[in-house]
Amino acid sequence: MSDLAIAAPRFRAAAAGEALAAWALCLPAVIAYLLMLLLPTLATAALAFTDYELGLDGFRWIGLGNFAEMLDDRGFLQSLRNTLIYVGLVTPGSILGALVLALAIEAGTRGRTLFRAVFFLPVVSLSVAMASAWQYLLHPTIGPLNAALRGLGIAGPAWLSSSDTVLLALAGIGIWENLGFNLVLFLAGLTAIPRELYAAAAVDGVPSAWERFRLVTWPLLGPTTLFVLTITMIRSVRVFDTVAVLTQGGPNKASQVLLYTLYEEGFTYFRIGYSAAITLVFLGIVLALMWLQTRILDKRVHYA
Amino acid sequence: MSGIHLQSVTKSFNGTTVLHGVSLRVAAGEFVALVGPSGCGKTTLMRIVAGIEHADSGTLQIQGREATALRAGERDVAMVFQSYALYPHLTVAENIAVPLAMRRLNAWQRLPLLGGVLPGTRAARQGIAAEVAMAAGALGLGTLLDRRPAQLSGGQRQRVALARAMVRRPAAFLMDEPLSNLDASLRVQTRREIVAIHRRAGAATLYVTHDQSEALTMADRVAVMQAGRILQVAPPREIYADPAELRVATFIGSPRINLLPAEAGTDGAVRVAGLPVGLRCAARGALTLGVRPEALVPAAQGLVARAEAVEFLGESVLLHARHESSGTPLVLRLPPEAAGHLPQPGGELHLAFAPEAALLFGPDGARCRAELAVAREPALV
Repeated sequence: MSDLAIAAPRFRAAAAGEALAAWALCLPAVIAYLLMLLLPTLATAALAFTDYELGLDGFRWIGLGNFAEMLDDRGFLQSLRNTLIYVGLVTPGSILGALVLALAIEAGTRGRTLFRAVFFLPVVSLSVAMASAWQYLLHPTIGPLNAALRGLGIAGPAWLSSSDTVLLALAGIGIWENLGFNLVLFLAGLTAIPRELYAAAAVDGVPSAWERFRLVTWPLLGPTTLFVLTITMIRSVRVFDTVAVLTQGGPNKASQVLLYTLYEEGFTYFRIGYSAAITLVFLGIVLALMWLQTRILDKRVHYA
Repeated sequence: MSGIHLQSVTKSFNGTTVLHGVSLRVAAGEFVALVGPSGCGKTTLMRIVAGIEHADSGTLQIQGREATALRAGERDVAMVFQSYALYPHLTVAENIAVPLAMRRLNAWQRLPLLGGVLPGTRAARQGIAAEVAMAAGALGLGTLLDRRPAQLSGGQRQRVALARAMVRRPAAFLMDEPLSNLDASLRVQTRREIVAIHRRAGAATLYVTHDQSEALTMADRVAVMQAGRILQVAPPREIYADPAELRVATFIGSPRINLLPAEAGTDGAVRVAGLPVGLRCAARGALTLGVRPEALVPAAQGLVARAEAVEFLGESVLLHARHESSGTPLVLRLPPEAAGHLPQPGGELHLAFAPEAALLFGPDGARCRAELAVAREPALV
């Protein structure tokens, strides 16, 4: 009886001590999360409903004023449209390209590591530094691309300074940047497909490489493709550095993208409140893409 | 010549020879089990028949047709894989339908939406669905047709793999350890079902396994394979009772056959530890004498052995002992009633066997045919 009476509080003290230790160990991570992620996000969300400008004292709550302004802001709408076009070009381009290359590399007997390294190079290289290389490659008069086109008798456009082609050129660079990353993911996905399924397909009488791809490779790559799709869309929505280095959104806002507008509003015009509102829109797009992945597509690519 | 006919097939991977000129014939309607330890080349041989691997040399005929150069899909064989290799994104019905759809529909008709409106697709699809339903019904899968493989138990998946192989009525069935992923009780039950399917289909069946009890219980003939060579092909009873060489004798039978060092004197009389065993053979010198565990019995006199352990199995008792003079480990399989009268571990006992139950092997492992000694000198009987 007395044993029990003593044992119980002791046990409780031990449990409390353990909980305390757990919290103490979690504390650095919790603080980092609060300070670096949650607080800034909440602050941005709050600022999006103000007219705060850097350097001015005080601010006013203006409710949905910033969002109303966006609907009339030609620059913002243009950047939204440009971003969607950019994503619409880069996502299929880099995914299809990576898939075709991955299948070719997988089918080949030699040079797997070499090709993987070659195509992965853009991912590890600094995109700002690479941008200057692209500036030279795409130069209208001295650039090798237009020189090659001239050799074919085609007058190449001024890629980065014509509003008709600038988005195309940036998307080309974007595909080049994303291709290697996607390629490595697809190669990993391909090695995970059981060899026996290909053997079964052969015995079942699959008549062509295309049919084999349709019956085995494509469905079993589903989870990989979904991940690649999501990550590429999020990465290309975030396009910023090539635009900042090569075109600054020009000519005539033809390459103005969402993140560049956000940067300009916040750090060139110091309209922090408006910039925060654009950030929320950006955040909304990214969250929507992630929701699409986890809620809708996930169910269709995992066959359990 | 119908069935499967392999002749002098060789295969090597990266300089390692896996098959050294293997020849094997599986007649139409026959069930041949290819049994051997892992890595002996039996699965490679089967994959060559299926067309998944290609032989370096040698020929293959299926249903009397030269098949060495044919693609897997054109060989009219079906295969059940060890992992079942079901398509995870297709339902049971769609999985079973694949071999038919690949043969009866053209590339356009197989397309998801467009295919449906093309002429002939509907009729062909209905024919396929009827045959799928029949194959599935025969294996008790009728209620599972809309499930995906991940939603099935191991035994059900195995049936789907069987149904997918059956549905096309191929000239030959190939089965690569189809039971090894099932639990013990299901395995015994499925054995009989596979044999029943084989009888109904009447196709040549080549069945690869490392489990000798599967091979012995299911097959019409057993082919024992080791290190890339087929050692013997014979009906189960003959493989067990009359093995062609030492490696077959030791591989088949559980517990393993007892092997004693023996010697044939100048007169041909065979002796073990100096005792005549009542056999006479043409060979001279050192031999190996094999006795199955159930043929070795305790006796009033004979080989002197020391008991080591007793294992009670229910239907029989295993007595582990050691031959005193040669140190050879021995196993006896005795009726369960004997359990009470066995010596304690460490105790001495005498062992004997009937001469006609003994198998003699030469120093190279080849079988030495022996005859019973006419003059019954005091023998180990």
